[in-house]
Amino acid sequence: MLRYAARRILLAIVMVWAVASAAFVLARIAPGDATSPEWQLSQKTRDAERHRLGLDRPWPEQYATWLAGAVRLDFGESSLYARPVRSLIGERAINTAILAAAALALAALLGVGAGVLTAVRPGTMLARLIRIGSVILLSTPPLIGSLVLVLIAARTRLVPVGGMSSVDPASPWADLLQHLIVPALALGLPLAATLERAQSQALRHGLTQPFVTAALARGARPEDAIARHAWPVSLGPVLAFYGLMIGALFSGSLVVEMVTAWPGLGRLMVDALRARDLYLAAGTAAAGAACLAGGTLIGDLVHGAIDPRVREAR
Amino acid sequence: MSPRRSLVLLGLLAALALFGPSLAPYDPGAVHRGYLHAPPMWPWVSDGFAIHPVVLEDQLQQRFAVDRSRTLALPWRAQAEPVFLFGADRSGRDVLSRVLAGSRVSLGLALLAVIGAATCGALFGALAGARGGLVDDVVMRVADFVLVLPILYVIVVLRAAMPLVVSTGTVFAVTLVIFVVVGWPVVARGVRGVVAGEQAQEYVLAARAAGGSTAHLLRRHLLPACAGHLAVQASLLLPGFILAEATLSYLGLGFPETVPTWGTMLREAADVNELTRFPWTLTPAAAIFLVTLVTNVLLQGRPRPRAPENVRG
Repeated sequence: MLRYAARRILLAIVMVWAVASAAFVLARIAPGDATSPEWQLSQKTRDAERHRLGLDRPWPEQYATWLAGAVRLDFGESSLYARPVRSLIGERAINTAILAAAALALAALLGVGAGVLTAVRPGTMLARLIRIGSVILLSTPPLIGSLVLVLIAARTRLVPVGGMSSVDPASPWADLLQHLIVPALALGLPLAATLERAQSQALRHGLTQPFVTAALARGARPEDAIARHAWPVSLGPVLAFYGLMIGALFSGSLVVEMVTAWPGLGRLMVDALRARDLYLAAGTAAAGAACLAGGTLIGDLVHGAIDPRVREAR
Repeated sequence: MSPRRSLVLLGLLAALALFGPSLAPYDPGAVHRGYLHAPPMWPWVSDGFAIHPVVLEDQLQQRFAVDRSRTLALPWRAQAEPVFLFGADRSGRDVLSRVLAGSRVSLGLALLAVIGAATCGALFGALAGARGGLVDDVVMRVADFVLVLPILYVIVVLRAAMPLVVSTGTVFAVTLVIFVVVGWPVVARGVRGVVAGEQAQEYVLAARAAGGSTAHLLRRHLLPACAGHLAVQASLLLPGFILAEATLSYLGLGFPETVPTWGTMLREAADVNELTRFPWTLTPAAAIFLVTLVTNVLLQGRPRPRAPENVRG
């Protein structure tokens, strides 16, 4: 287990480094920079800015300086916000984490619950409705889902649209929760549909296992046979989906943040790339990769802890 | 999942991309003065399938009223007044015509990307499966790495590394290449699995014993064995590519506003105020949803409500 964990962690570190470096180099060699003529700076200011940002040096040298800082978690200063990149990322990463956690919790609750239901009582009216709903939600990616939800929310005025807080709210927590509804639903519902599919299939397979029959033969109540024997083994395949979902969660969160003006990491990166803010772009890429690697790592470790076949195989 | 269904699906979408624009009743770029944000004019069945024209009521608020006293024919029949079945956008352009015209870029790009990703994926996957060893290791490690990354982030970063303002042709080419780069590993993984499995089969061993080279084996035996898998994988990639184009254009990193695509049309919906008052700006989103839904329904097969044998909960 320890060897397995060590390997996974090493891989995660390599991935963070590779992604951040790729983002840095791509943003650096991209045409235009934070002092491009369209910002209308005088030649003198421009030269001074370029020197301050290290843009007057060749990129390998600048990259080496940046990497040396990044190892000590100093990601330089954002030219767009004139603030240290680290504090910016800290703020925004929390916002993305709140959104992602809410969406994941929603997806897990709805998806697993509905999946168990469709597996245990197939053919009922409710199961059919859930299946139809599942296919529809699977075909509603976050871009479309969030646009539709924003439309509904803005028309009915039930929940606030855009941003994550109102001006001077009575209760900050309730306010945050209200703002969270639209983005979390847009992000979580397609994932819930994915989970419903996976859970339903896995549980239907689990129900046909001999040990479930054995439990029933011993006189266990059907609910107990499902809850204690069939459902736990069906969790393995469902957890396998978790790894795939982390990527979808990140991609989706970028879109949802753009549509609902949720001030998260994805939005920050798009802004940084558009403004050619080199250090901010590389910093957000590193932070994003770190979150992604962390999420995948947790999934892998849980999977490895549950299923011995997984940790032996690698 | 059936390969035949996916070929039918791909064919239908290709036909829409080819012929869709010629079905458009109006020039997608034509600006109809006095019809900015005109609402959809639905045929009224109660009056014997008639379409009533709308009349501008308040220019400032862009409010229209339905004139029930007059009727118009369907928009394809030339007449004095334009008929907007799905409304008009903020410049007074026909939404239906733009969605149909946009299908060429949106679907065409996605279809070409699917073909490119399937070709590259098949080549790399077959190479990895047939050669094994180091080649296999390197190809599959790279594929795994790309698969783990959140695809949309990769697309946005790669696209943002290019000049922000470029010609439409360049955007098309650049986006296409990016889509192929992020799409091939999905295909390669499956193809490698099929090829590696098939290689142990006796007919392949016989062909090899008869002196067939690896290239010959791939062409005559291994790649044909993957064809069904390839067709299904390819159509599963399609909705993702359509959505990716829409997202890039929505973010302002895709096609310029003057080119009608489903993504550039959605940019109007980015304004909450506009989205709320003129919901028909979401028509391209409905088109994307429909294509995705049809793909999901066709390829995932009908859900079979099969009762488990031993438990009736």
